[in-house]
Amino acid sequence: MKILTGNDLASGDVIWWAGDGWSRQVSDATDVGTHGDELARAEEAALRVVGAYVIDATRDEDGVRPAHIKDRIRAFGPTVRPDLVEQPTEADIGKWVI
Amino acid sequence: MYRYDSYDQAIVDARVEEFRDQTQRRLTGALTEDQFKPLRLMNGLYLQLHAYMLRVAIPYGTLSGKQMRKLGEIAGKYDKGYGHFTTRQNLQYNWIKLADAPDILAELAMVEMHAIQTSGNCIRNISSDQYAGVSADEVADPRPWAELLRQWSSFHPEFTYLPRKFKIAVIASDDDRAAMRLHDIGLKLVERDGVVGAEVYAGGGMGRTPMVAPLIRDFVAEDEIISYLEACLRVYNRYGRRDNKYKARIKILVHEIGVEEYKRQVEEEFAHMRALGLNPPVEELARIRDFFAAPAYESGLSEEIDRSDRAFALWVDRQVAAHKAPGYAIVNISLKPIDGIPGDASAEQMALVADLAETYSFDELRVTHAQNLVLPHVRKADLRAVWQKLVAAGLAEANLDLITDIIACPGLDYCALANARSIPLAQKIASRFAAAERQAEIGELKLKISGCINACGHHHAGHIGILGVDRRGVENFQLLLGGSGAEDASLGQITGPGFSEDGVVDAIEKVTDIYLAERESGERFLDTYRRIGMKPFKEAIYG
Ligand code: HEM
Ligand code: SF4
Repeated sequence: MKILTGNDLASGDVIWWAGDGWSRQVSDATDVGTHGDELARAEEAALRVVGAYVIDATRDEDGVRPAHIKDRIRAFGPTVRPDLVEQPTEADIGKWVI
Repeated sequence: MYRYDSYDQAIVDARVEEFRDQTQRRLTGALTEDQFKPLRLMNGLYLQLHAYMLRVAIPYGTLSGKQMRKLGEIAGKYDKGYGHFTTRQNLQYNWIKLADAPDILAELAMVEMHAIQTSGNCIRNISSDQYAGVSADEVADPRPWAELLRQWSSFHPEFTYLPRKFKIAVIASDDDRAAMRLHDIGLKLVERDGVVGAEVYAGGGMGRTPMVAPLIRDFVAEDEIISYLEACLRVYNRYGRRDNKYKARIKILVHEIGVEEYKRQVEEEFAHMRALGLNPPVEELARIRDFFAAPAYESGLSEEIDRSDRAFALWVDRQVAAHKAPGYAIVNISLKPIDGIPGDASAEQMALVADLAETYSFDELRVTHAQNLVLPHVRKADLRAVWQKLVAAGLAEANLDLITDIIACPGLDYCALANARSIPLAQKIASRFAAAERQAEIGELKLKISGCINACGHHHAGHIGILGVDRRGVENFQLLLGGSGAEDASLGQITGPGFSEDGVVDAIEKVTDIYLAERESGERFLDTYRRIGMKPFKEAIYG
């Protein structure tokens, strides 16, 4: 599937398009199909996001998984500071990133 | 230390207010990101992997206690409680909110700091030797020169849009602790017939085309250095490649037209500049120099260090360097705890180090290009007290210049340009070699890791260097041997095919084993490598 991500304009937080607005959790991301770019430009113009871009991802029982490691690290946070991750998930989350 | 005069302060304050207005206009939509991006970058504000990142300049790596305390306060108040000291003697905050950025810059301005020219195609923060002013072997203190260059290069209208970024380092000792020849321009102060002047090196750099800068002039007098550098920059500004970002650094120009031709053009321009009489007045040089006068060292101090505590003695042997004043010592503070993050310091650690500077080091601190800190003037009698406080704060690792004193860029954990993560690899290597006896046995070994070809982690200049690459979406690491950023500068050679993260740690172990087996007495890793060459190492690794 295709999902849309970017950074919140004012806070810089990594955000994911969740269908009716932005979420800080990648698990909320929804398939944007072929509308990603159009949505990105509209949301940028509405000052809700900066640097929005479309990426490939898959969905399985663990949630949404971006295809590229860079986006998984954006979704998770720095792998070397698990203490900073907003929602500390399972202990072997590092494996999810890699 | 240098103190801002009313011009410096007025310029910095005005810049803060200008940026406040620009930020406001961005947040209300009057500016698009395309319009705003160059404005925020001029104030050191990047958009990185997780958030905005702010890069703060620490001119020639010198800080007061008050400045360090402020850096710590900002980390606690606006960031997630820490900052990252970089190979360019700057500090980076990783979690900045755009809406807070103007307030942060205002707080920095209160302690005579800023983030101006820490990004963009301009002359960046001038770097220098962390032992400036305190090492016995220097010709003169390089910092007045660095400060002069800071004033000259700040907002220099002609050099605001160079073909590419421009980095300058100034040193004054035969021991190069600033990787001087890996800068766009490097100055080494020398004395000739009782007069201090500079050797000028141009066209060094790292990145995808690393080069060691050649000497382009063996002496420029102090009062002409500005004119001469102006000439160097002019030739570059005019002929540097603006058509190709990857060929835009001065090193490519010097390489393409040749050192002799570049020198000739600079000399021609210099002759022209001289006629214009643009040199700073001698009184200004004297005014700057006064700020760097030695502090009031006490005389008759004891040289005694009580070495009865073994851990303390080990730390002294590793982290403490000779000071030019009797009874004093230079203290290196490691930001490389074995399981830590190279160059990171917490808000509390910054506050503690600020206190130590004020209490024990004439209110002075230094930041090193190897991502460590220095208390430049500590009485030998106070070393133990300083050490105890560092131990309590997790800052007493004794590994200066050893295999675990790793330089690592932020890599894919933080950097949007990265191919691979640098920090977890640094941690794995450090824990593999953690035993103090093993590190001591291996001796000086400078290991440097970059997460991509931009080489922020100086991998080309590592005795052992590691470069992260992307192999079809999987992190992969190339190994380099034989680089040096010191006075014997050289560029490392790639061993061969790359490795996984664990594979590269194993390879390094094989490399150090070969060194230990082959070394002759007194040889560092680098010396053995230079003597026996790549082959035995390659055989051991790929066997
Ligand atoms: C995370 C944000 C960063 C970005 C986006 C970034 C970007 C870059 C780029 C694009 C280059 C190559 C420039 C060129 O060759 O023309 C470069 C070089 C460099 N950067 Fe960074 N960098 C970052 C962080 C750092 C950090 C944290 C350090 C220090 C640890 C650092 C120190 C350097 C150094 C020393 C060079 C080599 C200079 C040279 O080529 O001569 N940078 N950086
Ligand atoms: S070397 Fe590459 S990965 Fe590392 S900080 Fe520089 S740009 Fe980022």
